Amino acid sequence: MASGPSGRLRQSAEALAIPVGALGAAMVVFGLVMAALGRSPLEVYELIYQGAFASAFSWQNTLTRAAPLILTALCVALPAQAGLMVIGGEGALVLGGLAAAVVGHLLGGAPPLGVKLAMALAGMLAGAVWIALAGALRQYRGVNETISSLLLGYIAIAVFNHLVEGPLRDPASLNKPSTTPIGDASMVGTLPGLDVHWGLGFGLVFCLVTYVLVKHTTYGFALRIVGGNARAARLAGLPVGAIVLGACVLGGAAAGLAGMVEVAAVHGSANASLIAGYGYAGILVAFIARQNPLAIVPVAVLVGGISASGGMLQRRLDLPDATVLVLQGIAFMLILASETVYGRLKIFRPERA
Amino acid sequence: MTGDGREHGSVLAPALDVEVVGMTKRFGALIALDDVSLRVAAGSFHALLGENGAGKSTLVKCLIGYYPPDAGQIVVARREREIRSPHDAHALGIGMVYQHFTLVPSMTVAENLVMARDDVPAVVRWRQERERLAAFMATVPFKLDLERPAWRLAAGEKQKVEIVKQLYLRRRFMILDEPTSVLTPAEADEVLGMLRAMTHGHQVTVLMITHKFREVLAFADTVSVLRRGTLAGEGRTADLTPAMLAEMMVGTRQIPQARTGRAIRAGAAVEPRLVVRDLVVEDDAGRPAVNGLALAVRPGEILGIAGVSGNGQRELVEAIIGQRRPASGEIRVDGKPYRATRNEIRYHRVLSLPEEPLRNACVPGLSVAENMALRSFDRAPLASGPWLRRGSMRDQAERRIAEFKVQTQGPDAPISTLSGGNVQRAVLARELSEAVSVLIAANPVFGLDFAAVAEIHDRVVAARNAGAAVLLVSEDLDELLELSDRLAVIFGGRIVHETPAASADIAVIGPCMAGHHAAGAAA
Repeated sequence: MASGPSGRLRQSAEALAIPVGALGAAMVVFGLVMAALGRSPLEVYELIYQGAFASAFSWQNTLTRAAPLILTALCVALPAQAGLMVIGGEGALVLGGLAAAVVGHLLGGAPPLGVKLAMALAGMLAGAVWIALAGALRQYRGVNETISSLLLGYIAIAVFNHLVEGPLRDPASLNKPSTTPIGDASMVGTLPGLDVHWGLGFGLVFCLVTYVLVKHTTYGFALRIVGGNARAARLAGLPVGAIVLGACVLGGAAAGLAGMVEVAAVHGSANASLIAGYGYAGILVAFIARQNPLAIVPVAVLVGGISASGGMLQRRLDLPDATVLVLQGIAFMLILASETVYGRLKIFRPERA
Repeated sequence: MTGDGREHGSVLAPALDVEVVGMTKRFGALIALDDVSLRVAAGSFHALLGENGAGKSTLVKCLIGYYPPDAGQIVVARREREIRSPHDAHALGIGMVYQHFTLVPSMTVAENLVMARDDVPAVVRWRQERERLAAFMATVPFKLDLERPAWRLAAGEKQKVEIVKQLYLRRRFMILDEPTSVLTPAEADEVLGMLRAMTHGHQVTVLMITHKFREVLAFADTVSVLRRGTLAGEGRTADLTPAMLAEMMVGTRQIPQARTGRAIRAGAAVEPRLVVRDLVVEDDAGRPAVNGLALAVRPGEILGIAGVSGNGQRELVEAIIGQRRPASGEIRVDGKPYRATRNEIRYHRVLSLPEEPLRNACVPGLSVAENMALRSFDRAPLASGPWLRRGSMRDQAERRIAEFKVQTQGPDAPISTLSGGNVQRAVLARELSEAVSVLIAANPVFGLDFAAVAEIHDRVVAARNAGAAVLLVSEDLDELLELSDRLAVIFGGRIVHETPAASADIAVIGPCMAGHHAAGAAA
């Protein structure tokens, strides 16, 4: 009846206003921290803006960082549709990158397009298997997937370090243990007209596909039934286990692809630079975006921008490189805290109708 | 700390007088309560009667401080009070017994009582508390074993503990939300009789939400009837008849026709459609709740399963509808093994009305339209290939909302915003809109008002008359006797007695339900 469309509008307004409000509050708190360190908060924010969005160069830096964030955020948002809270994207990214580097090296002489495709598939497969492990532990053994995915992430990093520093190490990499470079021919280039690598394109396409999948396909609908109430899903005869695993596989594939992009577009081989915290920052992105695949894109650009500005703060204000991580951490805490505000703010309540 | 302890349950203060004036509450465009006033005199037993969605729950939730009303005052002991939270209500001596139990299962009755206090000391001196509790128990008409863990109590005993808890917390105005819905008639009479004795002793005032006319007329002093959010009538029960109550409750609206005579029963030669053999199903703790159960339902008959709650009914239903995997044994439909996969459900048209529909049959966060599509979202016309067709989904929902008279703000409203009866109607609309071959119904009218009950019963019977094999599991023996063609009694996870409903003998069924089947069992 009457309140249908306006009710939805109010809900959307709430879903937008609360994260934005939490981000604003995080900026105030971070500003206070900066003031306590004797820096002007306004100057800090101006520099963050400059470092993130003021020039073509800073945009390039921002988007380059946003690309893996989009993909690792999907690694949270996709299982979340099925009711799982997976936070192990870092592990999937790292293993995806390693798998891509190995495949890229082994197929060295093959036609470049084929190599790139094979690397992407290998990366996605590795990530998918890793997150599916967490999903299977939850589905068939009742292990909490948040904890298991986090711990699997540490295992993945340990395995990665062991292989990169041991059996898979390129003897030529002296200071920084790395796998054998995949070679320039196999590197993924930049998007036409932009100085940003193809990872951004992959991320955008992955987000769009995920959105269409969740909102407009029968699989996505089944996913939301499972996520909303597994008992009702069983009543409807849905294969709950397969659907949950499917969401984990897709999410893990996204994070694994992020690892492949980092190797094939940025580093050229798998090394410790892959362990840059993109997996964890992706959790922040997914939460600010409220697990909405389309909202992930702008949020990832914002978070990517903040981390891109770290160098600027270091150079100009003599602040440590990790300063932006403090801002991210504060933002994450406040975003999580703001979850409790939903449905409690008067202006978003339906009484006014 | 010692002083605090003494306050609890030593001397009962006199009952409270509570009045509600011009209470109004809106949810969006829906007016749940429209200028409702009622007065409950100190020491009276007042019943609040109404259909589902009439506003009974909303009224008491405003009174207990759970919702802020949009307009209206609350007068407690002749002073206007503002109640902003249940905490405020408790401070005034107003308490509520909810429809579902709030006891901690692993704690004893004594522990549950002491822990319910707002002022539990950091270190509880149990010996002292037990002595006080024993002294307190001497002042109430209920007999309870304080040392039993709550999970070992029967439903009636749990309800008594909930009521005693209110007295112990010195609540002098007690709201009860359908307190007898999970009790046997004998338990209900006992609990209500004691409540009435306490009100007449001026120990407490009672406001009871109910659907049951019998309870209103037998136990309450006064009654208020709500209909669609307005006060439709009130009076002293001594002056009222069931017919008058019914008219107040439903107005002049046509009540759905009672079911027309029984369908021609299929002969015994017909192959049963649903067969369960040697079924073992474990409960959450891994104990066999269903233990070697066998049953068969033929097309065109209703097999009623009677039994006291907790004898494996829930696990049996969950196993058949696919929510719980059996440990062993088999379930067959039309002679084929049945595991409740989506294809099997669709092929054999096995549908179900489980108990607690919001928990078992709906996705609370999804809309009414989406919930109505749970069975059919993946096939035409709601889908073409892998694509959902939102328009068709909405059209289907609008048709079903109209046909089953689901009261909702619209097909896009989240189903969790609907009242209990309307959630059940929405599920009914989904499960019974298409041809059904096997229907599994578990307490399908639990907590619903009588018009909804009649309508749901009619639909179940209509499905039977159309040739469905119906398995009806219910804790309400009257419902089973009214609807079933055959009646089976479940006890300890097995069927211990089976009889044609026409020749069912309460003198045999009763003892079987209580586990004394060796003497009376025909099977």
